[in-house]
Amino acid sequence: MPDTAASKRFTVPIGPQHPALKEPGHFEFTVDGEIVTNAYVRLGYAHRGIEKAAESRNWVQNLYLLERVCGICSHIHGFAYSLAVERLANIEAPPRAQAIRVIVAELERIHSHLLWMGVSAHEAGFDTLFMYSWRDRETIMDVLEGLTGNRVNYSANVLGGVKFDVTPTQADIIRKGLTFLEERTKHYLDVIMHDTMFLQRTRGIGVMTRSQAEVMGALGPTARASNVQRDLRVEAPYAAYKDFPVQMVLDTRGDLEARFEVRINELFESYRLINQILDNLPEGELNVRVPRRIPAGEMIVRLEAPRGEVFYFIKSNGTDKLERLKVRTPTICNMTSVVRLSVGHQLADVPMILAGIDPCFSCNDRTVQIRQADGGAQPNGLSSLMSWEELRQYAIRKYEAR
Amino acid sequence: MDEKKNVVQEVMDGLTNWARVNSPWVLHFNSGSCNGCDIEILATLTPRYDLERLGVRLEASPRHADVLLCTGAVTRQARERLIRIYEQMHEPKFVVAIGSCALSGGVFRGCYNVMNGIEEVIPVDAYIPGCPPRPEAIIDGVVKLLNSLSPANHQITVADRNDKPSTEKAVEE
Repeated sequence: MPDTAASKRFTVPIGPQHPALKEPGHFEFTVDGEIVTNAYVRLGYAHRGIEKAAESRNWVQNLYLLERVCGICSHIHGFAYSLAVERLANIEAPPRAQAIRVIVAELERIHSHLLWMGVSAHEAGFDTLFMYSWRDRETIMDVLEGLTGNRVNYSANVLGGVKFDVTPTQADIIRKGLTFLEERTKHYLDVIMHDTMFLQRTRGIGVMTRSQAEVMGALGPTARASNVQRDLRVEAPYAAYKDFPVQMVLDTRGDLEARFEVRINELFESYRLINQILDNLPEGELNVRVPRRIPAGEMIVRLEAPRGEVFYFIKSNGTDKLERLKVRTPTICNMTSVVRLSVGHQLADVPMILAGIDPCFSCNDRTVQIRQADGGAQPNGLSSLMSWEELRQYAIRKYEAR
Repeated sequence: MDEKKNVVQEVMDGLTNWARVNSPWVLHFNSGSCNGCDIEILATLTPRYDLERLGVRLEASPRHADVLLCTGAVTRQARERLIRIYEQMHEPKFVVAIGSCALSGGVFRGCYNVMNGIEEVIPVDAYIPGCPPRPEAIIDGVVKLLNSLSPANHQITVADRNDKPSTEKAVEE
């Protein structure tokens, strides 16, 4: 083979089944030797059609469907949906319910960040940290289970409030768990800031400047590690965040080390916030009655999930079902940064850069591309995309053939 | 001659099966689940539950794996991949469907982009229900599958296993 530039380039396909992540996503990295020169991502393997399915279920059923948009941040989806529905119905959940919602949201943030820390340490080959952080994460899983009855998909929300109360006994259990975790988290922060081997994998890798982060629309801790002040709990406080303000954790460096430090420092902030809310838990009812039919209207709700901003749009037509639902989750916004930032890095750093945004594919797979199965082949080897009219005709044919 | 060969074959099969039961390598594939089951599978492999004490090891390549732990309702995008992964695995191979979605489609049953469960696409040997199943349930399911792999019968399905009270009893103890 002639020794040309083209012959040196090599495309490494990764996924959708791959050891690095638990979730399906397809990546193609063009490498020149060890250096990535181009990156391509294909999403959509976990697209299930939730937005469409939500249109055929009633308001209460949707709560349980939407919690399963994502198993890791399931509470925040139920939270966003119930907030939107309550605002449409022009009612407000009682203060105690709002405080409990925030407690569960923060517990979820703790479990998600610990999970992320383990998984990304695993990408760096640092399995000891992976095992330790997952062992400690079980503390929070026990707390969540004791509180809600389930380890994952806790379904703490009901329309108009929450399902359970936090008794003084449970509050003590939570406090005890958090005290233990706080000690452990100090240790992890120490490891991440001072372990030489680990710093070689994180320091100066995947640097995203503030302007890059703003242009690429990064969200959540990924953006905050690049000094972008973007945290909805601070910018547009909702529920109990109005009464219990949060300190935004920022970092100026924008590399992987900064992303680790931002997330771990957010853990301390969550511990502090939960303790503060538990000490000042408002008295009162747990929920209010929500009508079966929600008045017609449109509503947008934005909440801060562990990974960044979750956006919900709900359109009601005044019946017991919603007319249109739109969900946008943070991973799809952060995915651009992975594709951009991996260029110029070694292939071995790519899993770390990908893990650095805390990707969650089941959240972000909102669309599916329909390609023509036969004919219409393009010069690039792909079959052409269907136009809207072709898709409509295809659907009619398929329906008639049933 | 034939008889001799059979004896050798039998011994070899016994050995392979002994090794397989003591150290099954599992492959995990997410065919479009919500992650809930996947983080519980991962939790099963970490210190609190530690599935590795049963010799189970998480493997990255389908070609090295004996058991496919599969979650999710199988989206149309992931369907071909699931079949491909299943075909890449060597015989004898076993499939464990984990979670309500993997069993029947669960909450996503009837969505336009899902296949309503793994058994619609590939044969399944063990089913672990739950949304998501607790790590204990996953361990229980895997142990039940392992107990069903007797040397005499390499490909025992769940239905077949119910005919064997001795192994079933051992599991419950």
